[in-house]
Amino acid sequence: MKYIVAILQPDRLDEVLQRLTEKEIHLVTVTNVLGRGRQKGIAEVYRSHKEAGSLLKKVKIEIAVNEAFVKPTIEAITEGGRTGQIGDGKIFVLSLDECIRIRTGETGGVAIG
Amino acid sequence: MKRVMTRVAGLGLAILLLGILPVFPAHGDEVAVEAAVAAVPPAPTVDTGDTSWLLISSALVLMMTIPGLSLFYGGLVRKKNVLSVLMQCFMITCLISVQWVLWGYSLSFGPDIKGLIGSLDWFGLKGVGLEPNADYAATVPHQAFMIFQMMFAIITPALIIGAFAERMKFMPFVVFTLLWATFVYDPLCHWVWGVGGFIRKMGALDFAGGTVVHINAGIAALVSALVLGKRLGYPHKMSPPHNLPFSIMGAGLLWVGWFGFNAGSALGANGLAASAFVVTHVATAMAGLTWSIMDLIFNKRPTVLGIISGAVAGLVAITPASGFVTPLGALGIGAGAGVICYLSVAFMKARFGYDDALDAFGVHGVGGFWGAIATGLWATKSVNAAGADGLFYGNPGLVLIQLKAALITVVYSLVVSFVLLKVVDLVMGLRTDEQEERIGLDLSEHREAAYTMLD
Repeated sequence: MKYIVAILQPDRLDEVLQRLTEKEIHLVTVTNVLGRGRQKGIAEVYRSHKEAGSLLKKVKIEIAVNEAFVKPTIEAITEGGRTGQIGDGKIFVLSLDECIRIRTGETGGVAIG
Repeated sequence: MKRVMTRVAGLGLAILLLGILPVFPAHGDEVAVEAAVAAVPPAPTVDTGDTSWLLISSALVLMMTIPGLSLFYGGLVRKKNVLSVLMQCFMITCLISVQWVLWGYSLSFGPDIKGLIGSLDWFGLKGVGLEPNADYAATVPHQAFMIFQMMFAIITPALIIGAFAERMKFMPFVVFTLLWATFVYDPLCHWVWGVGGFIRKMGALDFAGGTVVHINAGIAALVSALVLGKRLGYPHKMSPPHNLPFSIMGAGLLWVGWFGFNAGSALGANGLAASAFVVTHVATAMAGLTWSIMDLIFNKRPTVLGIISGAVAGLVAITPASGFVTPLGALGIGAGAGVICYLSVAFMKARFGYDDALDAFGVHGVGGFWGAIATGLWATKSVNAAGADGLFYGNPGLVLIQLKAALITVVYSLVVSFVLLKVVDLVMGLRTDEQEERIGLDLSEHREAAYTMLD
Protein backbone atom coordinates (compact mmCIF):
# COMPACT_ATOMS: atom_id res chain seq x y z
CA MET A 1 0.00 0.00 0.00
CA LYS A 2 1.19 3.48 -0.86
CA TYR A 3 0.11 6.94 0.17
CA ILE A 4 0.45 9.40 -2.69
CA VAL A 5 0.62 13.12 -1.97
CA ALA A 6 0.71 15.61 -4.83
CA ILE A 7 0.95 19.39 -4.92
CA LEU A 8 -0.77 20.86 -7.98
CA GLN A 9 -1.64 24.06 -9.76
CA PRO A 10 -5.17 24.84 -8.50
CA ASP A 11 -6.69 25.05 -11.97
CA ARG A 12 -5.36 21.60 -12.95
CA LEU A 13 -7.38 19.90 -10.24
CA ASP A 14 -10.44 19.17 -12.37
CA GLU A 15 -8.30 17.67 -15.10
CA VAL A 16 -6.43 15.46 -12.62
CA LEU A 17 -9.66 14.27 -10.97
CA GLN A 18 -11.11 13.38 -14.35
CA ARG A 19 -8.04 11.32 -15.31
CA LEU A 20 -8.13 9.54 -11.93
CA THR A 21 -11.79 8.68 -12.46
CA GLU A 22 -10.96 7.29 -15.91
CA LYS A 23 -8.45 4.95 -14.26
CA GLU A 24 -11.03 3.96 -11.64
CA ILE A 25 -9.33 5.73 -8.78
CA HIS A 26 -12.12 7.39 -6.82
CA LEU A 27 -10.87 8.11 -3.33
CA VAL A 28 -9.17 11.50 -3.12
CA THR A 29 -8.77 14.10 -0.37
CA VAL A 30 -8.24 17.67 -1.53
CA THR A 31 -6.91 20.64 0.46
CA ASN A 32 -6.13 24.24 -0.41
CA VAL A 33 -2.53 24.95 0.53
CA LEU A 34 0.05 27.71 0.21
CA GLY A 35 3.55 26.97 -0.88
CA ARG A 36 6.60 27.95 -2.79
CA GLY A 37 9.29 26.27 -4.80
CA ARG A 38 12.65 27.51 -5.95
CA GLN A 39 11.00 30.27 -7.99
CA LYS A 40 9.29 31.77 -4.90
CA GLY A 41 5.90 33.42 -5.16
CA ILE A 42 4.99 36.58 -7.02
CA ALA A 43 5.69 39.63 -4.87
CA GLU A 44 2.55 41.53 -3.92
CA VAL A 45 2.57 45.31 -3.58
CA TYR A 46 0.43 47.24 -1.09
CA ARG A 47 0.64 51.05 -1.20
CA SER A 48 4.02 50.66 -2.87
CA HIS A 49 5.24 48.40 -0.09
CA LYS A 50 6.52 45.19 -1.61
CA GLU A 51 5.62 41.96 0.13
CA ALA A 52 8.52 39.90 -1.09
CA GLY A 53 8.39 36.20 -1.77
CA SER A 54 4.81 35.62 -0.79
CA LEU A 55 3.45 32.11 -1.06
CA LEU A 56 1.53 30.78 -4.02
CA LYS A 57 -1.83 29.08 -3.81
CA LYS A 58 -1.64 25.37 -4.58
CA VAL A 59 -3.87 22.38 -4.17
CA LYS A 60 -2.78 19.25 -2.32
CA ILE A 61 -4.35 15.90 -3.13
CA GLU A 62 -3.85 12.75 -1.11
CA ILE A 63 -4.65 9.26 -2.33
CA ALA A 64 -4.19 5.86 -0.66
CA VAL A 65 -3.73 3.04 -3.20
CA ASN A 66 -2.79 -0.62 -3.50
CA GLU A 67 0.46 -1.43 -5.35
CA ALA A 68 -1.29 -2.16 -8.66
CA PHE A 69 -2.71 1.37 -8.74
CA VAL A 70 0.49 3.27 -7.96
CA LYS A 71 1.59 3.65 -11.56
CA PRO A 72 -1.83 4.60 -12.98
CA THR A 73 -2.27 7.16 -10.20
CA ILE A 74 1.07 8.79 -10.92
CA GLU A 75 0.29 8.78 -14.65
CA ALA A 76 -3.09 10.40 -14.10
CA ILE A 77 -1.63 13.15 -11.92
CA THR A 78 1.28 13.82 -14.25
CA GLU A 79 -0.84 13.95 -17.39
CA GLY A 80 -3.60 16.00 -15.84
CA GLY A 81 -1.38 18.33 -13.86
CA ARG A 82 1.28 19.23 -16.39
CA THR A 83 1.25 22.67 -18.00
CA GLY A 84 4.97 22.70 -18.79
CA GLN A 85 5.50 25.86 -16.73
CA ILE A 86 7.54 26.21 -13.55
CA GLY A 87 5.26 25.56 -10.60
CA ASP A 88 3.42 22.49 -11.85
CA GLY A 89 4.12 20.83 -8.51
CA LYS A 90 5.41 17.49 -7.27
CA ILE A 91 4.23 14.00 -6.43
CA PHE A 92 5.45 12.22 -3.31
CA VAL A 93 4.99 8.48 -2.82
CA LEU A 94 5.05 7.23 0.78
CA SER A 95 4.71 3.68 2.04
CA LEU A 96 1.52 3.10 4.00
CA ASP A 97 1.45 0.85 7.06
CA GLU A 98 -2.22 0.32 7.61
CA CYS A 99 -5.67 1.32 6.41
CA ILE A 100 -8.92 0.78 8.30
CA ARG A 101 -12.43 1.33 7.00
CA ILE A 102 -14.30 2.94 9.86
CA ARG A 103 -17.77 1.62 8.89
CA THR A 104 -16.86 -2.08 8.79
CA GLY A 105 -13.54 -2.35 10.60
CA GLU A 106 -11.94 -3.99 7.52
CA THR A 107 -8.18 -3.49 7.33
CA GLY A 108 -5.43 -3.54 4.69
CA GLY A 109 -5.83 -3.65 0.92
CA VAL A 110 -9.58 -4.37 0.87
CA ALA A 111 -10.24 -1.27 2.96
CA ILE A 112 -8.61 1.07 0.42
CA GLY A 113 -10.85 0.52 -2.62
CA MET B 1 7.10 43.51 -27.40
CA LYS B 2 3.43 43.85 -26.52
CA ARG B 3 4.33 44.54 -22.90
CA VAL B 4 6.56 47.38 -24.04
CA MET B 5 3.71 48.70 -26.17
CA THR B 6 1.50 48.58 -23.09
CA ARG B 7 3.98 50.67 -21.14
CA VAL B 8 4.33 53.14 -24.00
CA ALA B 9 0.57 53.45 -24.31
CA GLY B 10 0.25 54.00 -20.57
CA LEU B 11 2.89 56.69 -20.66
CA GLY B 12 1.27 58.25 -23.72
CA LEU B 13 -2.05 58.39 -21.93
CA ALA B 14 -0.48 60.04 -18.89
CA ILE B 15 1.30 62.62 -21.06
CA LEU B 16 -1.90 63.30 -22.97
CA LEU B 17 -3.76 63.98 -19.74
CA LEU B 18 -0.95 66.17 -18.38
CA GLY B 19 -0.84 68.04 -21.66
CA ILE B 20 -4.51 68.82 -21.44
CA LEU B 21 -4.54 69.86 -17.82
CA PRO B 22 -2.86 73.25 -18.26
CA VAL B 23 -5.87 74.27 -20.35
CA PHE B 24 -7.93 73.80 -17.26
CA PRO B 25 -7.35 76.76 -14.93
CA ALA B 26 -8.90 79.15 -17.45
CA HIS B 27 -12.19 77.27 -17.47
CA GLY B 28 -11.95 76.59 -13.76
CA ASP B 29 -11.78 80.31 -13.05
CA GLU B 30 -14.71 80.96 -15.34
CA VAL B 31 -16.83 78.46 -13.49
CA ALA B 32 -15.79 79.93 -10.16
CA VAL B 33 -16.75 83.41 -11.34
CA GLU B 34 -20.07 82.14 -12.59
CA ALA B 35 -20.64 80.43 -9.28
CA ALA B 36 -19.98 83.65 -7.43
CA VAL B 37 -22.30 85.59 -9.71
CA ALA B 38 -25.02 82.97 -9.49
CA ALA B 39 -24.76 82.73 -5.72
CA VAL B 40 -25.69 86.35 -5.02
CA PRO B 41 -29.05 86.57 -6.81
CA PRO B 42 -30.02 82.90 -7.28
CA ALA B 43 -31.01 82.21 -10.87
CA PRO B 44 -34.80 82.48 -10.79
CA THR B 45 -35.44 79.53 -13.07
CA VAL B 46 -33.65 76.94 -10.93
CA ASP B 47 -36.16 74.83 -8.99
CA THR B 48 -34.77 73.64 -5.67
CA GLY B 49 -36.89 70.50 -5.53
CA ASP B 50 -35.94 69.44 -9.05
CA THR B 51 -32.29 70.21 -8.42
CA SER B 52 -32.08 68.29 -5.18
CA TRP B 53 -33.76 65.25 -6.74
CA LEU B 54 -31.40 65.33 -9.70
CA LEU B 55 -28.32 65.62 -7.47
CA ILE B 56 -29.53 62.75 -5.30
CA SER B 57 -30.25 60.74 -8.45
CA SER B 58 -26.75 61.41 -9.74
CA ALA B 59 -25.29 60.01 -6.54
CA LEU B 60 -27.65 57.01 -6.77
CA VAL B 61 -26.51 56.25 -10.33
CA LEU B 62 -22.86 56.41 -9.25
CA MET B 63 -23.77 53.96 -6.48
CA MET B 64 -24.96 51.57 -9.17
CA THR B 65 -21.40 51.27 -10.50
CA ILE B 66 -19.45 51.53 -7.26
CA PRO B 67 -20.26 49.50 -5.34
CA GLY B 68 -23.45 48.03 -6.94
CA LEU B 69 -22.26 46.56 -10.22
CA SER B 70 -18.77 46.01 -8.76
CA LEU B 71 -20.14 43.70 -6.07
CA PHE B 72 -22.61 42.05 -8.43
CA TYR B 73 -19.83 41.17 -10.88
CA GLY B 74 -17.16 40.68 -8.20
CA GLY B 75 -19.15 37.95 -6.50
CA LEU B 76 -19.67 36.08 -9.75
CA VAL B 77 -16.02 35.65 -10.71
CA ARG B 78 -13.50 33.27 -9.19
CA LYS B 79 -11.58 34.20 -6.05
CA LYS B 80 -8.39 34.92 -7.97
CA ASN B 81 -10.07 37.55 -10.19
CA VAL B 82 -12.34 39.46 -7.82
CA LEU B 83 -10.01 42.42 -7.40
CA SER B 84 -9.52 42.74 -11.14
CA VAL B 85 -13.27 43.25 -11.64
CA LEU B 86 -13.57 45.69 -8.74
CA MET B 87 -10.55 47.55 -10.10
CA GLN B 88 -12.00 47.75 -13.61
CA CYS B 89 -15.22 49.26 -12.24
CA PHE B 90 -13.33 51.75 -10.11
CA MET B 91 -10.92 52.69 -12.90
CA ILE B 92 -13.81 53.30 -15.29
CA THR B 93 -15.37 55.61 -12.71
CA CYS B 94 -12.19 57.68 -12.46
CA LEU B 95 -11.28 57.54 -16.15
CA ILE B 96 -14.67 58.38 -17.64
CA SER B 97 -15.25 61.18 -15.12
CA VAL B 98 -12.15 62.91 -16.48
CA GLN B 99 -13.02 62.07 -20.10
CA TRP B 100 -16.54 63.43 -19.61
CA VAL B 101 -15.33 66.76 -18.24
CA LEU B 102 -12.72 67.19 -20.96
CA TRP B 103 -14.52 66.14 -24.13
CA GLY B 104 -17.16 63.48 -23.45
CA TYR B 105 -19.97 65.81 -22.41
CA SER B 106 -19.25 68.17 -25.27
CA LEU B 107 -19.30 65.37 -27.88
CA SER B 108 -22.54 64.01 -26.41
CA PHE B 109 -24.56 67.13 -25.63
CA GLY B 110 -22.61 70.01 -27.17
CA PRO B 111 -23.89 72.07 -30.13
CA ASP B 112 -25.03 69.66 -32.84
CA ILE B 113 -23.07 68.91 -35.99
CA LYS B 114 -25.39 67.46 -38.67
CA GLY B 115 -27.30 65.30 -36.17
CA LEU B 116 -24.26 63.06 -35.75
CA ILE B 117 -22.11 64.44 -32.96
CA GLY B 118 -21.77 67.34 -30.55
CA SER B 119 -19.04 69.86 -31.28
CA LEU B 120 -16.06 70.44 -29.02
CA ASP B 121 -17.31 73.91 -28.06
CA TRP B 122 -17.96 72.71 -24.52
CA PHE B 123 -14.49 71.14 -24.16
CA GLY B 124 -13.48 71.21 -20.50
CA LEU B 125 -17.08 72.18 -19.65
CA LYS B 126 -16.53 75.61 -21.15
CA GLY B 127 -19.84 77.43 -20.89
CA VAL B 128 -21.47 74.64 -18.90
CA GLY B 129 -22.36 76.70 -15.88
CA LEU B 130 -24.92 76.99 -13.15
CA GLU B 131 -27.69 78.52 -15.27
CA PRO B 132 -30.16 75.96 -16.58
CA ASN B 133 -29.85 74.84 -20.17
CA ALA B 134 -33.46 74.92 -21.34
CA ASP B 135 -32.79 72.45 -24.18
CA TYR B 136 -32.10 69.65 -21.71
CA ALA B 137 -33.44 70.55 -18.28
CA ALA B 138 -34.99 73.95 -17.79
CA THR B 139 -35.26 73.90 -14.00
CA VAL B 140 -31.86 72.67 -12.83
CA PRO B 141 -28.32 74.05 -13.16
CA HIS B 142 -26.67 72.91 -16.37
CA GLN B 143 -23.88 71.35 -14.30
CA ALA B 144 -26.40 69.22 -12.41
CA PHE B 145 -27.64 67.81 -15.72
CA MET B 146 -24.02 67.29 -16.80
CA ILE B 147 -23.06 65.36 -13.65
CA PHE B 148 -26.22 63.22 -13.87
CA GLN B 149 -25.30 62.28 -17.44
CA MET B 150 -21.71 61.61 -16.38
CA MET B 151 -22.88 58.79 -14.13
CA PHE B 152 -24.59 57.16 -17.13
CA ALA B 153 -21.42 57.49 -19.17
CA ILE B 154 -19.60 55.71 -16.34
CA ILE B 155 -21.90 52.75 -15.87
CA THR B 156 -22.26 51.93 -19.56
CA PRO B 157 -18.68 50.78 -20.24
CA ALA B 158 -18.67 49.16 -16.77
CA LEU B 159 -21.49 46.85 -17.88
CA ILE B 160 -19.28 45.45 -20.66
CA ILE B 161 -16.79 44.13 -18.07
CA GLY B 162 -19.18 41.24 -17.46
CA ALA B 163 -18.39 39.77 -20.87
CA PHE B 164 -14.59 39.91 -20.89
CA ALA B 165 -14.04 39.32 -17.15
CA GLU B 166 -11.20 37.07 -15.98
CA ARG B 167 -9.07 37.22 -19.13
CA MET B 168 -8.39 40.77 -20.35
CA LYS B 169 -5.15 42.58 -19.58
CA PHE B 170 -5.55 45.78 -17.65
CA MET B 171 -3.79 48.42 -19.77
CA PRO B 172 -5.51 47.40 -23.03
CA PHE B 173 -8.76 47.46 -21.06
CA VAL B 174 -8.10 51.08 -20.04
CA VAL B 175 -7.26 52.14 -23.59
CA PHE B 176 -10.27 50.29 -25.04
CA THR B 177 -12.60 51.87 -22.48
CA LEU B 178 -11.40 55.37 -23.29
CA LEU B 179 -11.75 54.78 -27.04
CA TRP B 180 -15.14 53.11 -26.65
CA ALA B 181 -16.51 55.94 -24.53
CA THR B 182 -15.33 58.47 -27.10
CA PHE B 183 -16.24 56.70 -30.33
CA VAL B 184 -19.26 54.60 -29.35
CA TYR B 185 -20.97 55.97 -26.25
CA ASP B 186 -20.62 59.69 -26.92
CA PRO B 187 -21.94 59.61 -30.52
CA LEU B 188 -24.85 57.29 -29.63
CA CYS B 189 -25.68 59.45 -26.64
CA HIS B 190 -25.81 62.44 -28.98
CA TRP B 191 -28.02 60.66 -31.52
CA VAL B 192 -30.58 59.67 -28.93
CA TRP B 193 -30.51 62.50 -26.37
CA GLY B 194 -28.53 65.39 -27.87
CA VAL B 195 -30.46 68.31 -29.33
CA GLY B 196 -30.47 67.67 -33.08
CA GLY B 197 -29.52 63.99 -32.71
CA PHE B 198 -31.08 62.00 -35.56
CA ILE B 199 -32.60 59.17 -33.51
CA ARG B 200 -34.17 61.73 -31.20
CA LYS B 201 -35.78 63.32 -34.27
CA MET B 202 -37.12 59.92 -35.44
CA GLY B 203 -39.52 59.90 -32.49
CA ALA B 204 -38.11 56.79 -30.84
CA LEU B 205 -38.87 56.59 -27.11
CA ASP B 206 -36.01 55.89 -24.71
CA PHE B 207 -36.75 57.37 -21.32
CA ALA B 208 -33.66 56.47 -19.33
CA GLY B 209 -31.21 54.79 -21.67
CA GLY B 210 -32.35 51.42 -22.98
CA THR B 211 -30.60 51.92 -26.30
CA VAL B 212 -27.74 54.22 -25.33
CA VAL B 213 -26.80 52.29 -22.21
CA HIS B 214 -28.09 48.73 -22.30
CA ILE B 215 -28.36 47.63 -25.92
CA ASN B 216 -25.15 49.49 -26.63
CA ALA B 217 -23.18 47.94 -23.75
CA GLY B 218 -24.80 44.54 -24.32
CA ILE B 219 -23.72 44.40 -27.96
CA ALA B 220 -20.21 45.61 -27.15
CA ALA B 221 -20.16 42.86 -24.52
CA LEU B 222 -21.05 40.18 -27.06
CA VAL B 223 -18.40 41.46 -29.46
CA SER B 224 -15.72 41.50 -26.76
CA ALA B 225 -16.63 37.97 -25.64
CA LEU B 226 -16.20 36.81 -29.24
CA VAL B 227 -13.00 38.74 -29.93
CA LEU B 228 -11.31 37.66 -26.67
CA GLY B 229 -12.42 34.05 -26.90
CA LYS B 230 -13.32 31.67 -24.12
CA ARG B 231 -11.65 31.53 -20.74
CA LEU B 232 -9.39 28.54 -20.14
CA GLY B 233 -11.52 25.60 -19.08
CA TYR B 234 -14.82 27.13 -20.23
CA PRO B 235 -17.50 25.81 -20.06
CA HIS B 236 -17.03 22.56 -18.16
CA LYS B 237 -14.14 23.25 -15.83
CA MET B 238 -15.10 26.52 -14.25
CA SER B 239 -15.54 27.08 -10.53
CA PRO B 240 -18.94 28.47 -9.55
CA PRO B 241 -19.35 32.12 -8.41
CA HIS B 242 -16.98 32.63 -5.49
CA ASN B 243 -19.22 34.83 -3.32
CA LEU B 244 -22.93 34.95 -4.10
CA PRO B 245 -23.74 37.13 -1.06
CA PHE B 246 -21.57 39.84 -2.73
CA SER B 247 -23.67 39.49 -5.86
CA ILE B 248 -26.89 39.72 -3.90
CA MET B 249 -25.73 42.89 -2.16
CA GLY B 250 -24.66 44.23 -5.52
CA ALA B 251 -28.02 43.45 -7.11
CA GLY B 252 -29.77 45.13 -4.19
CA LEU B 253 -27.66 48.27 -4.59
CA LEU B 254 -28.36 48.22 -8.33
CA TRP B 255 -32.08 48.06 -7.67
CA VAL B 256 -31.98 51.01 -5.24
CA GLY B 257 -29.62 52.99 -7.45
CA TRP B 258 -31.84 52.40 -10.46
CA PHE B 259 -34.48 54.69 -8.96
CA GLY B 260 -31.98 57.47 -9.60
CA PHE B 261 -31.38 56.16 -13.10
CA ASN B 262 -35.04 55.95 -14.14
CA ALA B 263 -36.97 58.29 -11.84
CA GLY B 264 -34.07 60.74 -12.04
CA SER B 265 -34.47 60.77 -15.81
CA ALA B 266 -37.67 62.76 -15.30
CA LEU B 267 -35.13 65.55 -14.57
CA GLY B 268 -37.46 66.91 -11.92
CA ALA B 269 -39.22 66.10 -8.68
CA ASN B 270 -42.63 65.61 -10.21
CA GLY B 271 -45.40 63.18 -11.09
CA LEU B 272 -43.46 61.67 -13.95
CA ALA B 273 -40.60 60.85 -11.56
CA ALA B 274 -43.05 59.15 -9.20
CA SER B 275 -44.53 57.17 -12.08
CA ALA B 276 -41.07 56.10 -13.28
CA PHE B 277 -40.15 55.10 -9.72
CA VAL B 278 -43.28 52.94 -9.39
CA VAL B 279 -43.03 51.16 -12.74
CA THR B 280 -39.30 50.55 -12.22
CA HIS B 281 -40.01 48.82 -8.96
CA VAL B 282 -42.97 46.83 -10.29
CA ALA B 283 -41.17 45.54 -13.39
CA THR B 284 -38.13 44.52 -11.34
CA ALA B 285 -40.20 42.60 -8.81
CA MET B 286 -42.12 40.86 -11.59
CA ALA B 287 -38.96 39.91 -13.45
CA GLY B 288 -37.33 38.43 -10.34
CA LEU B 289 -40.48 36.46 -9.67
CA THR B 290 -40.69 35.27 -13.27
CA TRP B 291 -37.06 34.10 -13.33
CA SER B 292 -37.72 32.09 -10.16
CA ILE B 293 -40.67 30.42 -11.85
CA MET B 294 -38.52 29.62 -14.89
CA ASP B 295 -35.92 28.14 -12.52
CA LEU B 296 -38.63 26.05 -10.90
CA ILE B 297 -39.77 24.75 -14.28
CA PHE B 298 -36.33 23.99 -15.74
CA ASN B 299 -34.19 23.21 -12.64
CA LYS B 300 -36.81 22.15 -10.08
CA ARG B 301 -35.32 24.67 -7.60
CA PRO B 302 -35.63 28.45 -7.47
CA THR B 303 -32.06 29.78 -7.22
CA VAL B 304 -30.66 32.89 -5.56
CA LEU B 305 -28.52 33.79 -8.54
CA GLY B 306 -31.66 33.32 -10.63
CA ILE B 307 -33.87 35.74 -8.74
CA ILE B 308 -31.23 38.50 -8.71
CA SER B 309 -30.47 37.98 -12.41
CA GLY B 310 -34.18 38.26 -13.09
CA ALA B 311 -34.40 41.47 -11.08
CA VAL B 312 -31.52 43.03 -13.01
CA ALA B 313 -33.09 41.93 -16.30
CA GLY B 314 -36.31 43.62 -15.21
CA LEU B 315 -34.45 46.82 -14.35
CA VAL B 316 -32.82 46.80 -17.77
CA ALA B 317 -36.06 46.16 -19.63
CA ILE B 318 -38.11 48.85 -17.87
CA THR B 319 -35.41 51.49 -18.41
CA PRO B 320 -36.51 52.82 -21.83
CA ALA B 321 -40.19 52.42 -20.91
CA SER B 322 -40.06 53.88 -17.41
CA GLY B 323 -41.46 57.29 -18.38
CA PHE B 324 -44.23 55.99 -20.63
CA VAL B 325 -45.99 52.96 -19.15
CA THR B 326 -48.53 52.15 -16.43
CA PRO B 327 -47.84 49.77 -13.52
CA LEU B 328 -49.77 47.05 -15.38
CA GLY B 329 -47.63 47.62 -18.46
CA ALA B 330 -44.61 47.28 -16.17
CA LEU B 331 -45.85 43.85 -15.04
CA GLY B 332 -45.90 42.74 -18.68
CA ILE B 333 -42.44 44.15 -19.35
CA GLY B 334 -41.02 42.52 -16.21
CA ALA B 335 -42.54 39.13 -17.00
CA GLY B 336 -41.23 39.29 -20.56
CA ALA B 337 -37.75 40.20 -19.31
CA GLY B 338 -37.76 37.23 -16.93
CA VAL B 339 -38.69 34.76 -19.65
CA ILE B 340 -36.61 36.14 -22.52
CA CYS B 341 -33.41 36.82 -20.57
CA TYR B 342 -33.68 33.43 -18.88
CA LEU B 343 -33.89 31.70 -22.23
CA SER B 344 -31.01 33.71 -23.66
CA VAL B 345 -28.73 32.98 -20.71
CA ALA B 346 -29.70 29.34 -20.20
CA PHE B 347 -30.08 28.18 -23.78
CA MET B 348 -28.86 30.67 -26.38
CA LYS B 349 -25.44 31.10 -24.75
CA ALA B 350 -24.97 27.34 -24.50
CA ARG B 351 -26.21 26.84 -28.06
CA PHE B 352 -23.76 29.32 -29.62
CA GLY B 353 -20.94 28.68 -27.13
CA TYR B 354 -19.67 32.24 -26.65
CA ASP B 355 -18.16 32.93 -23.24
CA ASP B 356 -20.14 35.94 -22.02
CA ALA B 357 -18.63 35.36 -18.58
CA LEU B 358 -21.17 37.18 -16.41
CA ASP B 359 -23.99 37.44 -18.97
CA ALA B 360 -23.58 41.11 -19.82
CA PHE B 361 -25.05 40.44 -23.26
CA GLY B 362 -27.68 37.98 -22.07
CA VAL B 363 -29.08 40.41 -19.52
CA HIS B 364 -28.26 43.91 -20.83
CA GLY B 365 -28.22 43.33 -24.57
CA VAL B 366 -31.21 41.03 -24.76
CA GLY B 367 -33.09 42.72 -21.91
CA GLY B 368 -32.40 46.13 -23.43
CA PHE B 369 -33.68 45.00 -26.82
CA TRP B 370 -36.83 43.59 -25.25
CA GLY B 371 -37.28 46.84 -23.33
CA ALA B 372 -37.05 48.91 -26.51
CA ILE B 373 -39.69 46.76 -28.24
CA ALA B 374 -41.85 46.57 -25.11
CA THR B 375 -41.88 50.37 -24.93
CA GLY B 376 -43.42 50.28 -28.39
CA LEU B 377 -46.08 47.91 -27.07
CA TRP B 378 -47.08 49.42 -23.74
CA ALA B 379 -46.30 53.17 -24.03
CA THR B 380 -49.30 55.43 -23.45
CA LYS B 381 -49.81 59.17 -23.56
CA SER B 382 -51.96 58.89 -20.46
CA VAL B 383 -48.74 58.51 -18.47
CA ASN B 384 -46.65 61.03 -20.36
CA ALA B 385 -48.19 63.44 -22.86
CA ALA B 386 -44.74 64.05 -24.33
CA GLY B 387 -44.46 60.34 -25.20
CA ALA B 388 -46.52 58.36 -27.67
CA ASP B 389 -49.10 55.59 -27.75
CA GLY B 390 -47.83 52.07 -28.38
CA LEU B 391 -49.33 49.02 -30.08
CA PHE B 392 -51.66 48.17 -27.20
CA TYR B 393 -52.99 51.72 -27.34
CA GLY B 394 -53.73 51.62 -31.04
CA ASN B 395 -50.45 52.74 -32.59
CA PRO B 396 -48.52 49.82 -34.10
CA GLY B 397 -46.19 52.27 -35.85
CA LEU B 398 -44.30 52.95 -32.62
CA VAL B 399 -43.02 49.37 -32.49
CA LEU B 400 -41.36 49.86 -35.87
CA ILE B 401 -39.75 53.12 -34.81
CA GLN B 402 -38.48 51.43 -31.64
CA LEU B 403 -37.16 48.50 -33.65
CA LYS B 404 -35.38 50.84 -36.04
CA ALA B 405 -33.69 52.78 -33.22
CA ALA B 406 -32.64 49.53 -31.53
CA LEU B 407 -31.23 48.09 -34.76
CA ILE B 408 -29.25 51.25 -35.55
CA THR B 409 -27.74 50.98 -32.07
CA VAL B 410 -26.94 47.30 -32.55
CA VAL B 411 -25.21 47.84 -35.89
CA TYR B 412 -23.22 50.89 -34.83
CA SER B 413 -22.10 49.39 -31.53
CA LEU B 414 -21.26 46.06 -33.16
CA VAL B 415 -19.11 47.50 -35.93
CA VAL B 416 -17.25 50.19 -34.01
CA SER B 417 -16.70 48.04 -30.90
CA PHE B 418 -15.25 45.32 -33.12
CA VAL B 419 -12.89 47.71 -34.87
CA LEU B 420 -11.71 49.27 -31.60
CA LEU B 421 -11.09 45.87 -30.00
CA LYS B 422 -9.12 44.70 -33.04
CA VAL B 423 -7.02 47.85 -33.10
CA VAL B 424 -6.17 47.62 -29.40
CA ASP B 425 -5.48 43.90 -29.80
CA LEU B 426 -3.08 44.58 -32.65
CA VAL B 427 -1.17 47.24 -30.77
CA MET B 428 -1.18 45.91 -27.20
CA GLY B 429 -2.72 42.43 -27.16
CA LEU B 430 -6.02 42.12 -25.30
CA ARG B 431 -5.64 38.78 -23.64
CA THR B 432 -3.50 37.68 -20.71
CA ASP B 433 -1.12 34.83 -21.44
CA GLU B 434 -2.13 31.39 -20.28
CA GLN B 435 0.08 31.30 -17.23
CA GLU B 436 -1.22 34.65 -15.99
CA GLU B 437 -4.82 33.67 -16.58
CA ARG B 438 -4.15 30.55 -14.56
CA ILE B 439 -2.62 32.47 -11.66
CA GLY B 440 -5.49 34.96 -11.78
CA LEU B 441 -5.63 38.62 -12.76
CA ASP B 442 -5.48 39.93 -9.17
CA LEU B 443 -1.92 38.77 -8.79
CA SER B 444 -0.74 38.92 -12.40
CA GLU B 445 -2.21 42.34 -13.30
CA HIS B 446 -2.33 44.11 -9.96
CA ARG B 447 0.10 42.30 -7.63
CA GLU B 448 -2.56 42.06 -4.95
CA ALA B 449 -4.69 39.32 -3.43
CA ALA B 450 -8.27 39.74 -2.24
CA TYR B 451 -8.15 37.10 0.43
CA THR B 452 -5.40 35.71 2.61
CA MET B 453 -5.25 32.06 3.64
CA LEU B 454 -2.96 32.56 6.61
CA ASP B 455 -3.66 35.05 9.42
